[in-house]
This record gives sequence, C-alpha cells and structure tokens, in this order.
Amino acid sequence: MYRSQKLSLRYYTAAIALFGVMIVFGLLSALYYLYPSMLFNVFNFNMSKILHIDTLVIWLLMGFLGAVYWYLPKELGIEVEGMWLAELMFWIFCVAVAIVAVVFLFVQYGSANEFSMWFINQGRKYVEAPRWAAIGIVVVMAVFAYNVIATCIKARKMTGIMWVLVLDLIPLLAVYLDAFPAVTNMSVDLYWWWWLVHMWVESTWEVLIGCVMALVLMDVMGTSRRIVETWLYIEVMLVLGAGILGLGHHYFWIGTPQYWLGIGGFFSALEPLPLLGMVVHAIYDAGTHRMKTSNQPAFFWITAEAFGNFIGAGIWGFMMTLPQINLFSHGTQWTVSHGHFAFYGAYVCGIIAVLYVAKQQTSGVDVLAGRAWKWGFGLLNFGMVGMVMGLLLAGMAQAFYGRAIGGSTLMAFTSASENAWFVSGMWARLFFGFVFAAGYVVLVYDLLTTPKRVPVTRVQLEPA
Amino acid sequence: MDIQDPSFWRAGAISTTLVMIVVLAFLSVDSMSVISVGGRNVPKYDVINHQIGYAYNWSRRADVPVIGGLEPLFGKSVTEAEATALMRTGKLVIQSRACMDCHTIFGNGAYYGPDLTKSWLDPAWSQIWMPMTGKTTREDAMVEFLMHPDKYPTWSRAMPNLNLSEDEARATVAYLKWLSAIDTNGFPANFGQSGKQP
Repeated sequence: MYRSQKLSLRYYTAAIALFGVMIVFGLLSALYYLYPSMLFNVFNFNMSKILHIDTLVIWLLMGFLGAVYWYLPKELGIEVEGMWLAELMFWIFCVAVAIVAVVFLFVQYGSANEFSMWFINQGRKYVEAPRWAAIGIVVVMAVFAYNVIATCIKARKMTGIMWVLVLDLIPLLAVYLDAFPAVTNMSVDLYWWWWLVHMWVESTWEVLIGCVMALVLMDVMGTSRRIVETWLYIEVMLVLGAGILGLGHHYFWIGTPQYWLGIGGFFSALEPLPLLGMVVHAIYDAGTHRMKTSNQPAFFWITAEAFGNFIGAGIWGFMMTLPQINLFSHGTQWTVSHGHFAFYGAYVCGIIAVLYVAKQQTSGVDVLAGRAWKWGFGLLNFGMVGMVMGLLLAGMAQAFYGRAIGGSTLMAFTSASENAWFVSGMWARLFFGFVFAAGYVVLVYDLLTTPKRVPVTRVQLEPA
Repeated sequence: MDIQDPSFWRAGAISTTLVMIVVLAFLSVDSMSVISVGGRNVPKYDVINHQIGYAYNWSRRADVPVIGGLEPLFGKSVTEAEATALMRTGKLVIQSRACMDCHTIFGNGAYYGPDLTKSWLDPAWSQIWMPMTGKTTREDAMVEFLMHPDKYPTWSRAMPNLNLSEDEARATVAYLKWLSAIDTNGFPANFGQSGKQP
C-alpha cells in the first residue's frame, strides 16, 4: 500500500466520523421545528444548523481528498510527492475542525466587529468558520494541489483524468478565496458568495466527483480508459457549459439586473443534461458487465450516485429553477428538499462508493459482498427519499400559503409554518431522518467488520 | 471529426468552458455596476433618511421599492458617511449573530425564521410589536424587540436573545430599512398585500 493510501484511510475515517456528526445535528435541527422551545437561549437553531451544514462540507471535502490520495499513486504509478506535508496538513485540518466545533458549541456568537469574523463566527452560510480556519482550508487545499501537480511532474505522465483534475483545482481553490470578506453591501456580498457556493457545488465539485467516479469505474468495473475519459470530457463540457451561467438562477432576487431571470432560467434548466449523461453512462457500464462486479457495494453506490445526482440535483433543481416558480418556491423547505437530495445524490453516494473500494482493497478479498451493506444501502436511500418528500410537502405548503397567498410577511410565514401540510412534512422528515441515521450505523458497522471471503469463481468480470 | 475520439470531446469541453467564463465575466462587470451602492438597483445608504414603500409596477410587472419624501430613521437625518458606518455595523451584527442561519435575506440563508428582505415594511411592527413594546414608532419597537426578542414572542418559534447592544440594534434596524429599498425584481411578491386585494 502506498503511503498516500494510508493517508487516504485517515481522511476516510475522519470523513465518516464527521458524517455522523452531521447526522446528529441534522436530527437536532429537525427537532427544533417540532419542539421550538428546546434548548432555547442555550443552543439555538442557527448553531445546530451551522454544525449540520459545515460538517457536510468538511466531510465531503475530506472524502474527495481521501479519494484522490487513494487513486493518485495508482493512476501515476509512483508515490505522491510531498507526503510529509500532506500528512501534516491532515492533522492541522482535524485540529482546526475540532477547535471550530468547540467554538461553535460553547462561544457561538461575538459582537459586531472584526474580531468575531476572525475568531468566532463569520455568519455566512456554509462558510461560517472564522477566517483563521478558512485560511487553514486554503492552505490544506493548496498543499493538496501541490501534491497532485508535483506528482504528475515527477511521474512525467498526464492522463486525461489527471488533466481534468489539475485544471479543476484552480477554480476549486480560487473561488474559496471568497470565504473571507465581510462586504457591507448584501447584494455584492451574495453575488460573490454564490460564486463560491455554486461554483463549488454545481461546477468544480461535480467535475471532481466525475474524475473520482471515472477512476472508480476503471477500478471496479474494468471499464476502458478511452470510454471513461470520453464520458468525463462530455460531462465537463455539459456541467460547465450549463453550470457556469446556470449560476444565474441564484441571481434572480438579490438586486441583480433583470436579464439574469432569462439567462439563469435557461442555463439552469439545461443543468440536468450532464447528470442524465451520467445515468446513461452507469446503465451502459452495468449492461456491458451484466451487473457483475467484484465489489457489489461500490457498484450499487456508483449507480445510486448517478441516479441520485440526476433526480436530486437535476429533476428537483429543475422543478424550482424557472423564475416564475422560483419567485414563490425560493427560500422555503422546497429548497431544503432539493439541497438534501442533490448533496446526497451527487456526492454522498460517490464518497460511500470509494469507501467500499478502499475496504475491499485493504481487506484483501477478491470479491466484496455480504448482507449488511444492503441494509445500509436500503436504509440510507429510503431515509433520504423520505426526508426529501417530507421537506417537499412542507416547502410546497410554504410556497403556496406563505408566499403566493400570504405575501411573505411574518404572519404569512407563521401561518404557513402552522399549516397541517407543513407540520406533517416536518414529522415525516424527522421520522425518515432516524431511518437515515439507522442506515449510517449499519454502514459504519459494515465498513468496520472484516468481510467474508467469497470464492472468486462466483463472479467473472468481463472486459469492457 | 470522430465523435468516438476523446480528443474531440476534450476540445469541446475546453472551448465551451472558456466561452462561458468570458460571458460570465462580462455579465459580472455589468452586474457590479447595477448592484454597487448607488447603482440602478441598490440605493445609497442614506436612503434611510427617506420614506420607503413597495408597490406593484405595471410596466415592470413586478413589485418594486418606492422611495418617498423625507422620513429620517429615529427622527434624525444622517450624512452619507454616518449612514455608511451604520450599515457596516448592521452587516457585522447580521454576520456575527449568524442571523442568516435562521432567517433569509433575498431568500438566501436558513428557513427557520421569516425572510428579512422587506421586514422593515412588515405590518407586524405596527400591528403587533408597537403595542407589545409600548413604543410609538416602528424603529423604536424594532430596537426594543431586537434587544429583548425573548420577551416579545408572537408564536411558538420565538427569536432567542443574541445580546445585541442598543447601538448594534439601531444599526441593524438601519440595515433592514436600507435592504427594503433594494430592487429585487419583485421578490417577495405581494408583500403585505394579503387581504387587501379584491
């Protein structure tokens, strides 16, 4: 095993632990909607929400880093350059995350001054971490970029996947620089903030997970490099072709010019296309191999990733992206429904797939099968779909009663939030949240237990 | 042209991405001119010296802010420099207290509390909080509420006490008044119109 793959396992361990923290604070956040006096003035909803969404970002990022550190030496045939620096960064990353979590738990707020921005809470959604920690993330990502580029140079080898990965690192790092300013003008602040959030989630992360999935497909399914690279280029063309100006769907209502209504509506409506391409790709690969694979869990999670990404990010996003609908659906639990489905489909499923790839290779079995993973797969997917439906129900009630009929005032918001459809949607979200949590427990159990050895003759891989 | 050749799609990916980046750069330059303070859609900070309304505009087919005559905040006009300093503090309050992890502004943020885009114009201030707090003006009621929100709950989901000083609360009120004057292409629609239309 390469040294970078040992680092990868550490990143996976940290990622799966933070996945659990994310679920705990997700459940807590769901409970506030039903028991609003819970922990009132002690630990309020916003801090729970921050810990829920920030751990989401961090564990996915750690999963991406782990996946690249796992595949980099395999792809280039040599150990990763600058490993001591990479290992140091891992520990700095973990310590920084722990300190920020302690500050969020026990300090929570500061006064309206720059000190609070630097050391307590920046209060910008997804990038609430104080500036010193945000700088830490930039340093970690810069070292990661150095590891990738220096290894390519040393290996004197550049595959198509590595080119895409290296070029993707530039915007990945550049847009994160917007995690620091506290611009007074809210319109300008949100304009650049969306560059960070959208360009990460709907562009650079999509490309990154595309690279990782390409490597996994070659590894797990034996798909040829020519096919995965062709699909990767098509995906990049469509993701960035639609996604860069698809940014415009966040610019409908923040003070920006009216032309964003047309541009944002048109291009974001195209955003499902690359995701549909991934579904076609997955079905094609599965058909080519007649569903046979040496790593069933990874294969099923890759397939879930393709479908989840298309339905969660694509269909659910399209459903509310046209400005005529977005005027009423924007800023409701409808958005939350889309957000949960999209993050889960696009990234969570993909990261779980690479965890199973690592599990098979570290445990040394030729075929990874068993039963527990199926329960984990079923519970996590069932739990997520249930949560998404509950949130959609609640969000539609808000859109119609709170926005369209009520006119978005405090009383309209209150009335919509007390509507029976909203309340039942919130109960459904909580129930399925516990189902999802049960799936997480089974997933961790399965990842930690030693797999049974299955005779390799039971599964015959066919060349693509 | 061989569509089965990966280099064909690689060229497509590079050229498409570059074209989109260039278009986005041009649109961003134009957008900045519109959303900078004093731009077409975002008024100067001293707009807080004026009356602000929100009405349907038939030519735009959308609700738009209406800037009226003088109506100074807290009964005292401020200079542009004073207004800028107030806004700076107001924005830092919103960030330091993580307001947008409960509320939304322009629909962005969390969804636990109501949207604050037009909260300055919310009829609840005059109908609910002015009587509750015993204050005679909207801005005084807002300051009192922001400093002691847990004393004036209107429903089960109350706002917690975030220990705002009086200066911080006044700056936040100023910021919310300025926000309500931004042209947001009609979002939120029909604000405060429920029950008024035939």
